[in-house]
Amino acid sequence: MWEIYALAFLMIAGSIVAVHTRYLLSAVISLAVVGLSLCVTFLYLQAPDCAITQVVVEVIALIILIRAAGVEKDLLEIKGKREAFAATATFIFIIVFAIFAFAALTHLPKFGYPVMKVSSEYISRGLEETGAANLVTSVLLDYRAYDTLGEATVLFTAILGAIVVLREIGRKEK
Amino acid sequence: MSPYRARKEGMTNIVKTISKFVVPPIILFGIYMVLHGHLTPGGGFPGGVIMASGFILLILSFGKEVTLKKLKVSTASILESTGALIFLCLAILGIPAGGWFFVNFLSKGYPLKIISAGIIPLANIGIGIKVMGGVFAVFFTLVVFRISAKR
Repeated sequence: MWEIYALAFLMIAGSIVAVHTRYLLSAVISLAVVGLSLCVTFLYLQAPDCAITQVVVEVIALIILIRAAGVEKDLLEIKGKREAFAATATFIFIIVFAIFAFAALTHLPKFGYPVMKVSSEYISRGLEETGAANLVTSVLLDYRAYDTLGEATVLFTAILGAIVVLREIGRKEK
Repeated sequence: MSPYRARKEGMTNIVKTISKFVVPPIILFGIYMVLHGHLTPGGGFPGGVIMASGFILLILSFGKEVTLKKLKVSTASILESTGALIFLCLAILGIPAGGWFFVNFLSKGYPLKIISAGIIPLANIGIGIKVMGGVFAVFFTLVVFRISAKR
């Protein structure tokens, strides 16, 4: 169990470094640390499907971000009064969140137990109902296929938008 | 020396030679992952991204001219639309064949065989084609177009 806490600590540290570093390239690389820790967490929790998707998408996103960011400096900086105000507000919010979260999280069941009602149904009858040996795929493409269709539509729309905004053909010459 | 490696564009000769050997296995592994999505971990989405990453390695090492000979951006976006249409048609075919949207109308077969689980492998293939075209196109647009706009 302590491994998950260590990985979560690594993820938090990576995101803090990514926010506070001055160089965009360093921020991108510390984001990669977050993604890698998340991937190892998925592997530790015995979810290889999530781990494969995470590491593959993380690598592609990292390449895109490195090529897009280059070695530019982050010129936006908040100083003085505004920085103090932001820090105080964050601190107060964290305390309030911790109080409520502590009250709520003490009522949670033990980590990973019991398996939920719907999931236990899928686990016991997934193979005979869909015929797919990989249970994750049978949930993704049979029980929750609407979800996958929506996800595919979101991806399609995002790529459509990127290509339309950044296209080369059909632009007006200035 | 091959004409591709003699070009000035792209990275050094070492990178070009190694990526020449590495790119086909990457694409083959992506295809394997798409086809075995219903048997082993993986599936359409990660398999498609792995196939696209093979082409992205081609862009990074050989430059965009060589890559565009292998896979044009317009072809990639056609592939993306085709994959989305395959998935949607499989979903709609369920209405005449089985009664409702997304019904698994093909035979289930024996588990752990490659032809089993009805429409799930076909849907995986559709998603794999779609994600491969989409990720390649969005990489090309975000990276190459932006760099050419900077100059």
